[in-house]
Amino acid sequence: MSASGNSLTLEAPASRIFPRLYKLGAFIGLLVALLLAPLVIPITPLGLLGQFLALAILAIGLDLIWGYTGILSLGQGVFFGLGGYLIAMHLKLQGLDPGELPDFMTWSGITSLPLVWQPLESFWLTLSLMFVAPGLLAFLFALVVFRSRIRGVYFAIITQALAVGVSTLFVDLQAYTGGSSGLTSFQTILGFSFYDNSTQIGLYEVTVVLLALTLAALWWLTRSHFGTLLRAIRDGENRMRFLGYNPVTYKAFVFGVAGVCAALAGALYVPQNGIIAPAMLGVVPSIEMVIWVAIGGRGTIIGALIGTLLVSYLKYYLSNAYADFWLYLIGALFIAVVLFLPDGLMGLGRRFARRGAAA
Amino acid sequence: MTLSGQTILEVSDITVSFDGFRALDELSFVMYDDKLTVVIGPNGAGKTTFLDVVTGRTRAQNGSVRFDGRDITGMADYRIARLGMARKFQAPSIFPDLSVFENLRVAASPTKSLWSGLTGRIDADLRSHIEQTAAAIGLQDRLPRKGGALSHGQRQWLEIGMVLASRPRLILLDEPIAGMTLEEIAHTDRLLREISRETPLLVIEHDMGFVRSIADRVCVFHQGRQLTEGSFDRVSNDPRVREIYLGEKAA
Repeated sequence: MSASGNSLTLEAPASRIFPRLYKLGAFIGLLVALLLAPLVIPITPLGLLGQFLALAILAIGLDLIWGYTGILSLGQGVFFGLGGYLIAMHLKLQGLDPGELPDFMTWSGITSLPLVWQPLESFWLTLSLMFVAPGLLAFLFALVVFRSRIRGVYFAIITQALAVGVSTLFVDLQAYTGGSSGLTSFQTILGFSFYDNSTQIGLYEVTVVLLALTLAALWWLTRSHFGTLLRAIRDGENRMRFLGYNPVTYKAFVFGVAGVCAALAGALYVPQNGIIAPAMLGVVPSIEMVIWVAIGGRGTIIGALIGTLLVSYLKYYLSNAYADFWLYLIGALFIAVVLFLPDGLMGLGRRFARRGAAA
Repeated sequence: MTLSGQTILEVSDITVSFDGFRALDELSFVMYDDKLTVVIGPNGAGKTTFLDVVTGRTRAQNGSVRFDGRDITGMADYRIARLGMARKFQAPSIFPDLSVFENLRVAASPTKSLWSGLTGRIDADLRSHIEQTAAAIGLQDRLPRKGGALSHGQRQWLEIGMVLASRPRLILLDEPIAGMTLEEIAHTDRLLREISRETPLLVIEHDMGFVRSIADRVCVFHQGRQLTEGSFDRVSNDPRVREIYLGEKAA
């Protein structure tokens, strides 16, 4: 830890070379480029980019809890899945005639729409639930676990158990969730057909705007006094208690914020991807999410975005060609980053910038 | 603040046992706010466990703790800290990734709730309080540096500074000069005397030369109880105290 403390001291002059204004300019430039991308990128790769940008929202939230606060969650897939399922349930109902039930319900012998599905007929109610329910659940879950003084690797194991439990539950409750095949074949969103390119472009643009808002919000949050308190909790939770802070409420709060990010990512990803299934909220995808952040670089916010895009594209192209090989590759990549690049690609970039500044 | 000789801390009949071993055995202890009090005692006498109970880190099986006229028995550690009980640990525990200024600011923030953490802005009062504290511990030139880049002695002072910055009603110091050079010890000696003029100080210490130099009152712990108390001279001439210390040396 002391070695990294030293390198951080050297970092201060380097960050003055790229002042805030420069960073703001880069941010706005990137935002404009992404917003204008539909003019040059064909619809299929654009759809892919939109999905990956949605996933990046989750990764940024994960960086807030892991990189800044030291909370490793191996269960972010759960909150992603909740957001995804809420929007998928709404979309499923959109494609039905009045009084008609989703096909899997009819097969399971259900005759009227279950209570949990009823509020999801309204888009705005779905949207509010999507913002409130997973975040609240994440907050309460974290509050209960952290209050019992469970932290570190034990907390990570509990989040993993949560991912196993929830994905199993979604398979088992087939009559309500569509079971292991999940929910798919959506027709319209707010009356716009998924078969229209303009709907795809609209979803893409909404994703870009929400990603930019999330980036800006979490960037501000981590650079304010609150971010200082999070790093203090990460490095000395006990010391904070004896200074009069209750780390439990702080940690539960940021875990809730990360839960909202994950749910938002799920709600944006599912309409663009066209399906949500329990396998997408289990342990394996949850661990992959952690790898995005590790590869991009923890505690940088922007690194989470870079890592997500890089690994997602790599996965897309490689897993099509060599399906079995992919899992080995991502595992090897993760080990390589942990061993040789503990600060991820952002750390590598910083090292080059410093060398450039020194020369 | 006026220090008028009132009771600031009162511990009555505290017992703590770990797996049958009685770390504290019906310990009773009183501290007055105008006397720099040093607790001494051989290893295993229960000194650190005593601090753990007083600060809410460890719960006692029975007995009570009163702080500043208030019963704090069983209260959560962070709530006790908010009442103005500040503790400095044996090993310097600062935040290495935060600057000296940020370290002091985290300690100095007048409110510590989640809401104030989210909305807290720094005002001129808070800034000058932080700068004054930094000057008192001799780190006014090091404010932008990372805590992790300080020397061992400077880290100890920074932690003392964090304790001071929190505007405490009582300061507990666990072996403040451990690992310090002679020069650093002399500096710490002056610093602690200065602090004790305004804020009650309770120190745990092994170094008898240092104890003799700073203590107004010495309390001797032995096997989880208070054996005796009084001025340094009185205590050091007590045959029972000589026996436990010499006995330990002979063993």
